[in-house]
Amino acid sequence: MPKYLSVFKQLLEAHGGPGFEEDVRNLILPHLSEYAAQIWTDPLGNLVGLVPGVGEGRRPRVLVSAHIDEIALVVTRIEAGGFLRLAQAGGFDPRTLVGQEVLVHTQSGRIFGVIGAKPPHLTPPSERFKAAKLEDLYVDLALPEEEVRSRVRIGDRVTIHRAPLDLLNGRIAGKSVDNRASAAVLLEALALLKGMVHSADLYAVFTVQEEVGLRGARTASFGLAPDIAIAVDVTFGAFPGQAPDESFPLEGGVAISFGPNLHRRVFKRLVDCAEKYGIPYQIELSQRPVGADANAFQISGPGLAAALIGPPIRYMHTSVETVAYDDIWQCARLLAHYVAEVDAAQVEELTCY
Amino acid sequence: MLLKELTEAFGPTGFEDEVRGIVRRELDAMGLSVRTDVLGNVIASAGAHRPGLRVMLDAHMDEVGLMVTHIGEGRDEGGLLRFRPLGGVDPRVLVSKPVVVGERRIPGVIGAKPVHLQEASEREKPIPMEKLYIDIGARDAEDARRHVKPGDPVVFATKYEELPHRMAKAKSFDDRVGCYILLEALRRWKGDLAVFAAFTVQEEIGLRGAHAAAYQIEPDIAIALEGTVAHDVVDTPSHGQSTVVGKGPAITVQDAQTVANRRFAEFLWETAKARNIPVQWRRVKGGSNDFGAIHRIGKGVLGGAISVPVRYIHAPTQVVSLDDVMHAVDLVVAVLDEIAKGGFRP
Repeated sequence: MPKYLSVFKQLLEAHGGPGFEEDVRNLILPHLSEYAAQIWTDPLGNLVGLVPGVGEGRRPRVLVSAHIDEIALVVTRIEAGGFLRLAQAGGFDPRTLVGQEVLVHTQSGRIFGVIGAKPPHLTPPSERFKAAKLEDLYVDLALPEEEVRSRVRIGDRVTIHRAPLDLLNGRIAGKSVDNRASAAVLLEALALLKGMVHSADLYAVFTVQEEVGLRGARTASFGLAPDIAIAVDVTFGAFPGQAPDESFPLEGGVAISFGPNLHRRVFKRLVDCAEKYGIPYQIELSQRPVGADANAFQISGPGLAAALIGPPIRYMHTSVETVAYDDIWQCARLLAHYVAEVDAAQVEELTCY
Repeated sequence: MLLKELTEAFGPTGFEDEVRGIVRRELDAMGLSVRTDVLGNVIASAGAHRPGLRVMLDAHMDEVGLMVTHIGEGRDEGGLLRFRPLGGVDPRVLVSKPVVVGERRIPGVIGAKPVHLQEASEREKPIPMEKLYIDIGARDAEDARRHVKPGDPVVFATKYEELPHRMAKAKSFDDRVGCYILLEALRRWKGDLAVFAAFTVQEEIGLRGAHAAAYQIEPDIAIALEGTVAHDVVDTPSHGQSTVVGKGPAITVQDAQTVANRRFAEFLWETAKARNIPVQWRRVKGGSNDFGAIHRIGKGVLGGAISVPVRYIHAPTQVVSLDDVMHAVDLVVAVLDEIAKGGFRP
């Protein structure tokens, strides 16, 4: 039975963009502590928990990762009147920022703000057909300019202010479902794995700075040098106007990725495992290196066997990213069963071409 | 807190029932004579049969919203809701916002194809309304039909919150601030004058309720109480700002529907100045309010508008100064006092 639904919602309310993931890390830490024999944070801020396997000799080493950063913004300028200009820290579509509520993270705490939207009454027809550009948007803190200047500094981080919403059928909408959904997958998988016997040493890694270029994944995988590294990350939920191979129904189960970037034997084992345990899954095809931690894993150090699984979400990189908790649960089941079945022979196989 | 309750109430154009319920409750508690007309306007009166001038105060109860028009079918669209605007909604503010659908308040979100999957040419333009959907989490059309139906109205799901320095954010300050000001002014004002309060419907699609209300009331003087455009933000020249938040209620000189009666506008201005109530002129010609309808009813009605500056009007999150709101209440009470004393003769 799923047990981390409420923790998942707490994770969605936590704020942590690339390079400032500490609030998210601190929220995960007590839960990870229930399963991991050792926990540490590496120099970039990746949170690692080791769950040792059983058996003598060299045990297989499996890394599973979920990045915990969310796309964010940074204050670049304080304009006359106390309005803030922004730069990206991760890929927002500026059009989705218009009229959005935000929080500015300052030394003296969080400040509420709104990203301004020009009223239709004052918008000339020529502007109505142009997409908003980030450099033209601003944050309105509704504070006197002097107070803004005394409290806000250039470089302060800005994140979306959005409480998670419960939709029908256990579907949840909010900011940072990409990729706190996968953090929930890892926690659910660790709970399931507690009731299983596994020979692999499992490194559960909550990575940082994925949204700006998979940076945490790179150092984490180098530092841990696993045999197999599985990234858990969200993919595109089915929606009108998307190509069929970029559109995965919600509640359609785990998206298991296939392509040159991902080790074919690990992929096959994952599919077999899903079949064996009756876990719903769908196959995502990639022709190029994937846009997820598994991209960095494959070429970490001497190279390693990478895989990518994850739940589909709708409206990626907006403040209403929507996931079905059942997909999170199915990902966790697959991850736990897969890890439980990894053995030395499978590791041997990885270099048999 | 009444302003919170009013702004969080569900009341898109033509579906003002929740707001009407709150307004009627407040008016009943004041012991006023209250009735609802055939359009759904709430009309209250105090001293209706007093001789002398008949003064109408107006605030509209409706807000801009959306209407569900179609429930999608099939693999990708199944259970997603298509919609059209109810009133003037800029499609550019819709994407990535939470909403509530129907009077059962089913939560939903407005989503679009993610930016990763859009062509460069698509990214240069606003996402058109026909490519946006409301997602209530339904698995398919049949599932969605159990919860919603075409024709269901939709509003933004924004919470009212007070901010530092007497500022507040919410949806629908246009025109729940007007409803609030009217209720508070009625609560405070005691005097000898025939005063009629009209809480109108359907302002956002053409001042519909105000036409009928003014016809029934037959006022000598009418004042619309409104939330109005303020765009006192960076990059906006003074003439484009219209009003400045925190500088007091605004008095209209001219808008799309009204050329102010100069003598009445000056009367409002002087009444404010005499009582040290901050006040400003509204400085754009666009937009309108219920007075645009009221002044041409019957043989014509004299009057004007007192407006509270609202930043991001018609957007999901709007910002006002609560001082402006309270000063507007002060001004309405002062104006009623002056009229009762014979300070303004039509």
